[in-house]
Amino acid sequence: MAHYQPPKQGKASQLIDVVVLVILTVGALFVPLWLGMAGAAKTVAAPVTEATWEALGQNAAQAAKYEALGYTPESAHDLILARFDYSFSVTALLTMIAVILLYYFLILRFSEVEYREVISEKFGE
Amino acid sequence: MADVDITSQTMDGMGPHGTKVGLLRVLGPAHVWALGVGIVLVGEYMGWNFAVGKGGAYAALIACWFAGILYSCVAMIDSEVTSTVASAGGQYTQAKHIIGPLMAFNVGLYLVFAYTMLEAANAITAGYLFYVVAQMTGHAGDLDQRPFIILVIMFLAWLNYRGVLATLTFNLVITAIAFIAIIVLFLSTSGILGGGIMEHAALFEGHELPYGWIGVLAAMHFGLWYYLGIEGTTQAAEEVRSPARALPFGTLAGIMTLLIAATLTWYVCSGVLPWEFLGDGVNGSVAPLFDTARLSGSTALVWLLGFGTLFATLASANGCINDASRAWFAMGRDKYLPGWFGAVHPKYRTPYRAIVFLVPIALIFALGAPLDQVITFSILSGLLGYTFMPLNIILFRRKWPLETIKRGYEHPFHPIPAITLLTLCAVTFFAVFLGYGTQLVAMIGFYIVVSLWFHFWRYRFVNRGAQFTMPWPKPRGY
Repeated sequence: MAHYQPPKQGKASQLIDVVVLVILTVGALFVPLWLGMAGAAKTVAAPVTEATWEALGQNAAQAAKYEALGYTPESAHDLILARFDYSFSVTALLTMIAVILLYYFLILRFSEVEYREVISEKFGE
Repeated sequence: MADVDITSQTMDGMGPHGTKVGLLRVLGPAHVWALGVGIVLVGEYMGWNFAVGKGGAYAALIACWFAGILYSCVAMIDSEVTSTVASAGGQYTQAKHIIGPLMAFNVGLYLVFAYTMLEAANAITAGYLFYVVAQMTGHAGDLDQRPFIILVIMFLAWLNYRGVLATLTFNLVITAIAFIAIIVLFLSTSGILGGGIMEHAALFEGHELPYGWIGVLAAMHFGLWYYLGIEGTTQAAEEVRSPARALPFGTLAGIMTLLIAATLTWYVCSGVLPWEFLGDGVNGSVAPLFDTARLSGSTALVWLLGFGTLFATLASANGCINDASRAWFAMGRDKYLPGWFGAVHPKYRTPYRAIVFLVPIALIFALGAPLDQVITFSILSGLLGYTFMPLNIILFRRKWPLETIKRGYEHPFHPIPAITLLTLCAVTFFAVFLGYGTQLVAMIGFYIVVSLWFHFWRYRFVNRGAQFTMPWPKPRGY
């Protein structure tokens, strides 16, 4: 196989490549955050109107620990009662599986094409 | 007799293209242990407790052990492959030689983002610790945590810039202190030394599995945090004196240390702190071992665990800077990224441009995102990396069977660890989907876009055959 000679990359082009990567990276985390779609927020489904340790489902040992940590039933109300919602749609699950499989298929396929070139040039045909 | 004996005196430590040139080879197995455990031990000091919030205390214990199995597979697989790859970049370099350039580019990014996000999480925790200490010592008003976050990242980056031996020797000392602090807390609170304060039965009563079994699955998401980063030992491959021996030894000793530390941490914290408080790492217990010490009534333990938490965060951030910069440097050296990043400092022999470049990236996340989001970003990058490993070892054994390259370490029962790892990764993907599905899809969308960018644009600047730098024979099937 003919030896591949890569073009020399100019400084401006190198800089643009770095900027593109940084923008994509920061975007991947912050866009879901800005859109309020990131992470599972806990919610209090059934608030207790008159908070006591008993009403919050805490036994004497549990209540004693909260008091030692500086909490009152009122200040611990949301901390104790907030729960995640694990309900999900099968469509969303299947979409996620499809996206992951597509991703791995894509990189393995492209990698194989590139790898054959590498081996061919390194070790000869 | 194998065709190539990577453990022989002449080949052990041979750098890219059969040279001895590259980063400075000064590290031993203890440094490898310190690098691996140092990065991860902070996972016992903060972050793992989100697993309690996801499914309750028992769920966090089950997740701890299943994640332990996942990471034992990672350590075994990694030890075998890395014992033959004496070059910076770790899994990135492995992927480049075994699967192909695009996979390697992705793995390099997984490593950089997993470690940079972990570094950001560490800096956030260090800032919080200064805040708590200020409150405990009578400081009036809210202490601004941001200067401490910036200071931690800048100081450790400077340390990394100056040299790897000083950096990892520093890590060895502070990691050992942080590990001993966990042992002392366990001995002091469990009743082995003096009176015990554990109340597992009373604290779990009525809250054994608050979400049922789906909570156990969900807990796997943050179960990874107990051990995330142990695979970073491979980043030192170009700087250890004997990669074929030191890397497997340091990595396997590291995972054993962490299995003990993780279980002790769960036992101590869940026996003292109520699960709802323990499981909320943002509004409740940011630093659970430190909080446990606060409830012990011992001022000495509060100070010990305070310093333990600080040291663990510093050791982890330090190791993360070390690892992320090596991966970034290795990609620059291969022109996967602009070649400017592939420079070695003329005096300190460190990848100084990569170190400096990643500082503002870490700061953006440490100052701009909440802790659980930063941790999730790190976990997702790590998880994608663990999913690559089973594919990597299966192809490694197929392309270079045992008789073609003599390894420094051969992991047993192949392919059972690979299949186990892949299965546990699938379970963890589902766990992440249960709470952070949008982030998961956003992140994979990011990797798809950058993969296309690499394949259709960036790869034109890369030398083809020159990427294959290890003194291995031609792979079978090509």
